[in-house]
Amino acid sequence: MDPLRDPLRDPLRDPLRDSLRDPVVESVRHLDLAELPLRSVNALLHGREVEGLAPLAPGEDVVLTHPRGAHAVAVGLDSPRQVRIEGHVGYYAAGMNQRADVVVDGNAGVGVAENMMSGSVTVLGNASQAAGATAHGGLLVVHGDAAARCGISMKGVDIVVGGSIGHMSAFMAQAGRLVVRGGAGDALGDSIYEARLYVRGEVASLGADCVAKPMRPEHHEELGALLKAAGYEDDDPAAYTRYGSARELYHFDVDNAY
Amino acid sequence: MCGIVGLHLRSPDLHPHLGELLTEMLCEMQDRGADSAGVAVYGDPRWSPPGHVAVSFMPDPTVLTLSTGVEVDALAAVLSLDLATPVTVVDAGPTLVAHAAGSAGVEALRAAVLAAFPDALVAGFGADVAVLKGVGHPRDLAAAYGLGGAQGWQGVGHTRMATESAVNAGGCHPYAVGPDQCLVHNGSFSNHATIRRDLRARGAVFDSENDTEVGARFVADRLAAGYDVETALKELCGTFDGFYTLLVSDSRSFAVVRDAIACKPAVIAETDDWVAMASEYRALVGLPGVESARLYEPEPERIYAWTR
Repeated sequence: MDPLRDPLRDPLRDPLRDSLRDPVVESVRHLDLAELPLRSVNALLHGREVEGLAPLAPGEDVVLTHPRGAHAVAVGLDSPRQVRIEGHVGYYAAGMNQRADVVVDGNAGVGVAENMMSGSVTVLGNASQAAGATAHGGLLVVHGDAAARCGISMKGVDIVVGGSIGHMSAFMAQAGRLVVRGGAGDALGDSIYEARLYVRGEVASLGADCVAKPMRPEHHEELGALLKAAGYEDDDPAAYTRYGSARELYHFDVDNAY
Repeated sequence: MCGIVGLHLRSPDLHPHLGELLTEMLCEMQDRGADSAGVAVYGDPRWSPPGHVAVSFMPDPTVLTLSTGVEVDALAAVLSLDLATPVTVVDAGPTLVAHAAGSAGVEALRAAVLAAFPDALVAGFGADVAVLKGVGHPRDLAAAYGLGGAQGWQGVGHTRMATESAVNAGGCHPYAVGPDQCLVHNGSFSNHATIRRDLRARGAVFDSENDTEVGARFVADRLAAGYDVETALKELCGTFDGFYTLLVSDSRSFAVVRDAIACKPAVIAETDDWVAMASEYRALVGLPGVESARLYEPEPERIYAWTR
């Protein structure tokens, strides 16, 4: 097992998520963002009292309608719950998520699932820049394309992108895995630390200190599990190339000095 | 920050609704900055009737109110006398729009305006465009312009959070420095002072210390030299440092370009009836048929252009 990974933050192995979910509750709460202020909806999702709205039961699932590209929809969730957002969302949707499983049935703006700790965020459409930025754990799946700087400074999150990713993705990525079924834009993995990147399509160019690496059996296994978790179990892991750090920037090199 | 919006209508059925659609797009972007807001509208029959030339201007750009206080009929009489042809002046809040028959010539109309108001800020000029500028909240300004009732085939809007120059009329976008041209910008140019000096040395006259005006005058300079919009924007990408998403338009075309890093946002939506661009998707939610539009983000340093 990867020593950098915390099992409590791993979406595939988080026992807390299942134990905290109440199997008895199966109701779904519908909340319409065209009628309710976003702050009230987020407060309700945080378990706080909101005047005029009954509190959510533990594990009670939620459907949010008419997000109309609003920013900060369903941010800061910290309990096991399925939240489905029907429509396009603006910046930072589902940011800082812990334990909840959020589905965006639409496109997501800048910084979807930024700083996620655990749980999952699934975008059925495309994601804008900086998807999964600085996220520590959990699983982010973007079924469409993700734009520039996908996984920038990722710190342990797993990201699976169904389409392609833009330039400067995985910039300074520290830990976690990024899987891309399409191609990657310029400067993939620039100044990368220890994250592992798996790309099936063409990489426009690699950033400083990012190199292609051989796929060993453990990488086939890891990639297969990630593809399965994202619903792409039919993909052949052998079609992917692994990229990671050459570790040339880890130590001071006088030749790099000005 | 700043918010930019643009709407290029392919379907003539939508032309009567340009103003209401553009107002909603502009006001939705107010959270990105609301110290001033301007628009360019192509083809409005009040401001730039067919067969006419129009000059949009702020008579006294130091007056930062929603109305100029100028008696437009009296001004029209003065301009008509000067040009020896009938001139109409339309009150659009902080900006006035004068128009006259095309035979009068846009340069002559502009000269007449500047003779009447030597300190006027000419916001835009040409055969098709009206450019309205003002300092204040976009919702107040849209009402003062009468933007909701505007018609036409194309409109561009900008709501500003000033970073590179003062909050005044001269700092308000759009910059319409060539005939029927218009440029709006989200971002900041870092080497604008150098390029301004070069352009000044070649005879360009500037209205402000604003970085975006340098970009607009650079594009106008290249267009005047015979470049097409795409080539002019490629040269801009090679010359300017800084952050930018730009929307550049003229009577026939509408183009979007982002810098190589592309950290300033942009979303494009297309249907058979229209092409729209905005800083954020939420500005587009009121457009008819947006649910089935083709939505995408422009790639860095790639020029997207549409012509009618």
